[in-house]
Amino acid sequence: MTGADAHRIKVRIQHEDFDAAAEVAALTKGRLDVGAVVTFTGLCRNEGAKLTALELEHYPGMAEDEIVRVAAEAQTRWPILGGVAIHRYGKIAPGQNIVLVVIASSHRAAAFEAAEFMMDFLKTRAPFWKKEHLTDGGEGDWVEARDADDHAADRWRKA
Amino acid sequence: MGPELKLSYFAWVRERVGKSDETLTPPAEVRTVADLIAWLSARGEEYAYAFDNPTVIRAAMDRKHVKQDSAIEGAREIAFFPPMTGG
Repeated sequence: MTGADAHRIKVRIQHEDFDAAAEVAALTKGRLDVGAVVTFTGLCRNEGAKLTALELEHYPGMAEDEIVRVAAEAQTRWPILGGVAIHRYGKIAPGQNIVLVVIASSHRAAAFEAAEFMMDFLKTRAPFWKKEHLTDGGEGDWVEARDADDHAADRWRKA
Repeated sequence: MGPELKLSYFAWVRERVGKSDETLTPPAEVRTVADLIAWLSARGEEYAYAFDNPTVIRAAMDRKHVKQDSAIEGAREIAFFPPMTGG
């Protein structure tokens, strides 16, 4: 893979919110080769009014490195024209954004698949952990990893 | 004695150990990540609590995921944490 290709998907780790529409606009501005853009936004749920917030802890440096590695792998599998992956950290309230993946390609299949691949591996490989803040003021638990997420990532493994 | 090693802890591993990072000098016979977990567990009850179920603990060496049977020779930083829950 060439150096330019390796950076076709931009990765950002930040506390600040993001604007999905602005990211898509920046990605497609002036481009006539993009025929498909898939955008995934992950938000904080309140889990039936149980939570006031999620606290996202991350491993600085490795969080970005790991998402860059996932993005590089996606680029070896699909003809991706551009993309953005943003993961937030810190305290995030229900209704607020946590993660954004945008993938641009010439055709929809590559964009859909690459975006799903990015999310499946980001969930199981990027060093982030969620702690619950409870509505009743008590200290919540750390969110447990789900087997379903491991299975979702496993199905992309090549035979 | 082996070289100095930065250890980092995240999420409930950090809470149980009671610190986010430290620099230690494990003895030379600590060769793998699993050896390091066993050595730490014997250092005090906070470590024993953090590593009481070693099979769930994930590790990274110099910011890359590694398995527990990986050799730690040459590592500058090793991090321990629970399975990840981002996204």
